[in-house]
Amino acid sequence: MDRVHALLRRVRPWMVYALGAIPAALLILRIFTGDLGIDPVKTIEHRLGEVALQLMVAGLCITPLRRLAGLNLIRFRRQIGVLAFVYATLHFAVWIALDLQFRWAEIGADLVKRPYIVIGFLAFLMLVPLALTSSNASIRRLGSAAWQKLHWLTYPAAVLAAVHFVWLMKAWAFEPLAYLAGITALLALRLWWRARKGLAATPARA
Amino acid sequence: MSNRWNTGLNWSDVTPERHWLNRRALLAGAAGAGALALAGAAEARIAAKPSPYSTDAAPNTLEDITGYNNFYEFGYDKSDPARHAGGLTIAPWSVKIDGLVDKPGDYALDDLTKGIALEERIYRFRCVEAWSMVIPWIGFPLAALLDRVGVQPGAKYVAFESLARPDEMPGVKAGLLDWPYREGLRIDEAMNPLTILATGLYGEAMPRQNGAPIRLVVPWKYGFKSAKSLVRISLTDTQPRTTWQGLQPREYGFYANVNPEVDHPRWSQASERRIGGGLFAKRVDTIKFNGYGEYVASLYAGQDLAKDY
Ligand code: HEM
Repeated sequence: MDRVHALLRRVRPWMVYALGAIPAALLILRIFTGDLGIDPVKTIEHRLGEVALQLMVAGLCITPLRRLAGLNLIRFRRQIGVLAFVYATLHFAVWIALDLQFRWAEIGADLVKRPYIVIGFLAFLMLVPLALTSSNASIRRLGSAAWQKLHWLTYPAAVLAAVHFVWLMKAWAFEPLAYLAGITALLALRLWWRARKGLAATPARA
Repeated sequence: MSNRWNTGLNWSDVTPERHWLNRRALLAGAAGAGALALAGAAEARIAAKPSPYSTDAAPNTLEDITGYNNFYEFGYDKSDPARHAGGLTIAPWSVKIDGLVDKPGDYALDDLTKGIALEERIYRFRCVEAWSMVIPWIGFPLAALLDRVGVQPGAKYVAFESLARPDEMPGVKAGLLDWPYREGLRIDEAMNPLTILATGLYGEAMPRQNGAPIRLVVPWKYGFKSAKSLVRISLTDTQPRTTWQGLQPREYGFYANVNPEVDHPRWSQASERRIGGGLFAKRVDTIKFNGYGEYVASLYAGQDLAKDY
C-alpha cells in the first residue's frame, strides 16, 4: 500500500481532470466517426448521465476505501466531485439543447411535473452548492465543520440520481437498481460508522 | 385526402437500386443464416399496390427502421432486437384465431393470407417515448382477415397476442415483462381501413426485429399498440387487458391514441423527435391522432379522450 501511495503522490490534480475528460472526448470522437447509433442524441445524453452517476459513486467510495482497505485517495475527491458536476451539467445541457431543443414551455413543464425529471433536477440542484464550494477558500470561509455538513448533500444527491435512473426505465431493469442498492449500502455504512462514533464519544453508562 | 401527391409509384420505385441492393444485403445479414430462403424470396421483391393512405413524407432509412426498435422480447435496449432477433424461427408460423368468430382455428400463415392483395402503406410511426419515424410497410387491412374468418355480432373487441418463445427471445427468458405481450383494439378501430397487418417493409419480407412474420400496425396510436410477431387473434365481448396496462395502469390506457393534449406522466406528448436526423434530429409538434384525424377522429365522437387515454 505504501508503494501505491508513493505513486499516487506524483499524481497532480490536472491529471485527474485529464483522465476524467476521456469519456467526453470519446463521445466527441464518436460524433465524427458516426459511431453513436441511430439516435446520437440519446446515446450522448445517456452516456453523460451514466458517467456523472459513476463519478458520484466513485466520490462516495473514497472514505470507505480508506477505512476498509487503507487506500487513501482523499486528495482526489474534489476533482472527482467537480467532474461529476461537469458531467451532470453537460447531461442537463444536452437535454435542453439537443433533446428538448430549447422548447422552453415544455422544458419548464417537464422540470416540475415529470417525476423522473424532477428527481434528476433536484439531484443536479444539490450538486450546485457543492461545486461552488469546492475550493480551499470556501472551506476556510465556511469552517471545516459547516463545510463537511454541507457536503453530506452528496448522499441525497446520489440517491436521487439513482432513483432518477430507476424511474426513467419503463420497467424494472437490473442496472439502475444495482446503482441504487450500491449507493444505499454506502450511505448505510457511513451512517453506521457515524452512529458507532457517536456511541464511542458518549461515556458508557453503567 | 392528401393523395394529390400520390403518383402511383411505390417509394421503392424512386429509391436508387444501389440502395435497394444495400438494403437487401443488410436484411440478409440481419436475418442470419436461417433466412436464406426468405432472402431468396425477397430477391423477387414483394409486389404491393401503392395506397392513398400513404404519407408523402420521406421514409426513414432501412438502417433506422431495423436498428432502432422497442421489442422487449429481445431486450430493453433499442439495439437489442437487431442483435438478438436473427435466430427467431418464423417458418412454419401459425396464428390461432378464436373467440367470437365463425371459423376459429389454428391457421398456417400462408393459408390465412392467401389471395389477399398486399399494399404499400407509408405511415408515420409515433412512439410513446416521443420519437417518430416514417415507415413504408407492406400489408393488408386487418378487416380483410377478419371478414375472412367471420366476425360474430357479439364481438366488440379484438385481442392480439405476440410470440413468447424463451429459447429464442432473451427478453422473454429474462422475464422483462409479463409475457406473452398482449394488445387490443375496439372492433371499429380494428375494422378501420388504416389498421393493417404488415408482413413486410421496404418491399421485403418483414425483418425479424420489426415483428416478423406478421404484425399489427395502427398508425394513429402509440407504437406499443402495434403488436409484433402475432400468434393469436381473439374476438371478445369484453375489453382485453393489455400488457402495459397491467404493468402501469396509470400510464398506459387501452386507447393510447397519439394526442398532444393528453399528457403521459412520463413524457410530454406535445412534440416528438424525428429519428434519422443524426445529432440534430428535429423536434416537431405532435399532431392529434398522429395526423390521421380525418380518418379516425369520428371513432371517438362523444368520448372524453383525457379519460379514455
Ligand atoms: C446529478 C444529476 C443527474 C444524474 C447523475 C443523472 C443520471 C442519469 C442516468 C444514469 C441516466 C440513464 C443513462 C442510461 O440509460 O444509461 C439518465 C438519463 C436521463 N436523464 Fe439524467 N441525471 C441527472 C440529472 C438530470 C437532469 C437535471 C435532467 C433533465 C432535466 C435529466 C434528464 C435525463 C433524461 C431525459 C434521461 C434519458 C431518458 C430517456 O431515456 O429518454 N437528468 N440520467
